[in-house]
Amino acid sequence: MKLIASVAMLCMVGIFFTTTAGLPQIYNPHSAPSEHVSPRYIEKSTKETGSPNFVTAVLADYRGYDTLGETTVIFTAGLATALLLRSRRTPSFKNEQACLVKGDPDE
Amino acid sequence: MNNRFGTIVLDISFRVIIPFIMLYGVYVLIHGEDSPGGGFQAGALFGIAVVLSRLVHGEQAILNVSGDKALILAGIGTAIYGSVGVVTLLFGGNFLEYGTLPLNISEPGRHALGILAIELGVTICVMSTIVVIFDALVGREEE
Repeated sequence: MKLIASVAMLCMVGIFFTTTAGLPQIYNPHSAPSEHVSPRYIEKSTKETGSPNFVTAVLADYRGYDTLGETTVIFTAGLATALLLRSRRTPSFKNEQACLVKGDPDE
Repeated sequence: MNNRFGTIVLDISFRVIIPFIMLYGVYVLIHGEDSPGGGFQAGALFGIAVVLSRLVHGEQAILNVSGDKALILAGIGTAIYGSVGVVTLLFGGNFLEYGTLPLNISEPGRHALGILAIELGVTICVMSTIVVIFDALVGREEE
């Protein structure tokens, strides 16, 4: 089992190393993202959305659906964490307090 | 200044650090349209403020959003975001087209208020999710 996992890991590492060379170069002005979406946002986002910040224009205007999905993902992650961790609670662990102050601070 | 919370370290961290964290969170949230920042960062700051307050005070914390309430708040935050989109749909725009919000102000003002509303929803969701995960990890929830 360990051998299979190691071989799978090595295959993943090889795939990552070989495909990274095909990614668009960062800071290359002639790569695909720099020539298609970026000039559009830089030139027209202020006029089209009225937002003074490109990031806000992309986050809340052009990709509002995407941000709604991100918020839903965070909510779902919190819900799943709470459901998983609460169900394993043993009764002795239940009343333990994670409090740095010893005793009641009001007393 | 009496050391009400135990030691001087807890006292200073509660009285000095937490107000500044929350003030910075409000700044990041409100100024997020013009400058770097926004709902996710502000939510993380508010979440840290609540977690720090909980670590200092325990159950008696003033800034206490605990367990099931935080889970409900996280849902409410997501619902705020979605409902802004639905409201713009109902008043004849596209989904999340802030210019069609039914407010009696100029179009850039409606746009800014719409973005502030959705970022408020994101903030509430992220803050409550951090508190929910903290609660689940320390094994405490609303009884």
